[in-house]
Amino acid sequence: MEVTLKSGATDAVAASGAPERSKMSIRNLQFYYGKYHALKNVNLEIAEKKVTAFIGPSGCGKSTLLRVFNRMFELYPEQRAEGEVMMDGDNLIRSKQDVALIRARIGMVFQKPTPFPMTIYENIAFGVRLFENMTKAQLDERVEWALRKAALWNEVKDKLAQAGTSLSGGQQQRLCIARTIAVKPDVILFDEPCSALDPISTAKIEELIDELKQEYTVAIVTHNMQQAARVSDYTAYMYLGELLEFGETDQIFIKPKKKETEDYITGRFG
Amino acid sequence: MTAVAQSVQATEHRLPLHRRRKLVNAIALTLSLGAMLFGLVWLIWILFETFYLGLTGLSWQLFTESTPPPNVEGGGLANAIVGSLIMVLLATLVGTPIGVFAGIYLAEYGRTGWLGSVTRFINDILLSAPSIVIGLFIYAVVVAQTRNFSGYAGVLALALIVIPVVIRTTENMLQLIPNALREAAYALGSPKWIVIRSVTLKAARSGVVTGVLLALARIAGETAPLLFTALSNQFFTWNLNEPMANLPVTIFKFAMSPFKNWQEMAWAGVFLITMGVLVLNIAARVIFRRHD
Repeated sequence: MEVTLKSGATDAVAASGAPERSKMSIRNLQFYYGKYHALKNVNLEIAEKKVTAFIGPSGCGKSTLLRVFNRMFELYPEQRAEGEVMMDGDNLIRSKQDVALIRARIGMVFQKPTPFPMTIYENIAFGVRLFENMTKAQLDERVEWALRKAALWNEVKDKLAQAGTSLSGGQQQRLCIARTIAVKPDVILFDEPCSALDPISTAKIEELIDELKQEYTVAIVTHNMQQAARVSDYTAYMYLGELLEFGETDQIFIKPKKKETEDYITGRFG
Repeated sequence: MTAVAQSVQATEHRLPLHRRRKLVNAIALTLSLGAMLFGLVWLIWILFETFYLGLTGLSWQLFTESTPPPNVEGGGLANAIVGSLIMVLLATLVGTPIGVFAGIYLAEYGRTGWLGSVTRFINDILLSAPSIVIGLFIYAVVVAQTRNFSGYAGVLALALIVIPVVIRTTENMLQLIPNALREAAYALGSPKWIVIRSVTLKAARSGVVTGVLLALARIAGETAPLLFTALSNQFFTWNLNEPMANLPVTIFKFAMSPFKNWQEMAWAGVFLITMGVLVLNIAARVIFRRHD
């Protein structure tokens, strides 16, 4: 079916990985922790339904950048962003929309699994109930859907009433992903989602990210170069608050344009 | 040189310092064990005395009959037990919501800013204020004004002791909740009040409940705040507008009397309070551990 739908031309574009529709445009973004200038004039496009990875040494600003997208930084009064993060024609930084509605469209999965102090079922239902009035049956259906999407359903279907904290670390992280998907966002941000997990759980999450990009736009911060190479379509290399190089993942890893990028990727620096 | 000789030599020069360390360790261990024993001896002695003297005075009449007049055989502590239960429970009921809400304010809204700092400072003073000061304060502003000792005044005085304890434990327990959990809830688009109600407060609930139980245990034995407020009452009453009998003041009164049956009854009262506080403390520990 795919073959009949796709014309030769779009096939070529898809194969070359040329920028598809942009989901978010970041323009002249500056970020400050108090007086400290943490992001310096960042410009980049995040492609729709693709995975964009952010790599770079600790403290380079990649997590900071991610936390601008869903305005997480606003929780801390001393943090401040300037510039544009355009999504669907709206500058998210200065949007008049309630920040809760923005966060419902841009989900986030954190470094450490953070199950809420409630049952597995309630962990998923919590976010759904914030924005939708559902019957019990509809909610059951949504919970199952989200858990299946996060490849966790088979492991927890018989113990939905157990505490979320009773799961293993890898399962907890997939629970957090399910919880994020359940709200039906457009974009999912992953902030080093595997750094606290074992290799098998990591592989499962990477598989999951690969599947998620069919429906969602994904941005991921990672310290693991192989992970960036495996899961992402685009890679951004950041250093000291600046975006040094941005391009297709293959290009960045095979023939980076800048020497700094090459040094970091090959492990000669960082 | 053989391997064995080599290893002997390698150990030899380390021995003097090693022996010294072992000696210091033994001395320190003995001293700290001694200190622990010293503390424990008094505690066990108190408990033993309470059991020994309290159990002799224990009988069914204690729970069914009111305090007797001097030189009259029989009688019990029913009026004091009921009075204590009513006042302690009401004071906890009044103090807990105020304390929990203030604790939430300090931990979730007023971490920085002058109002939070001032509240925290005043709360610390209230926390360490001698309870007799609180009793006298309520005497001055309530009892002296209404010209009436009453159960309500007693409840107020006890509530003033509950509030700072609950504020402190609630704030501390909420501060222990990692920010990552709050951020995760915000990331789904929850407003602040839902984050607090459904996530942070829920995660801290066993700690908060423990704080309330400990506050309850604390006021169960307070005498000074009741001495000037609820006073005491020789008769059984449910009426909080009247002076109200209670265990601590009755113990105070009976223990100092020359009458043997009063003294026995005082010990029985001490036994009841001690057991109650012990049970509350154990319950607090069990609750806190189960959820951790």
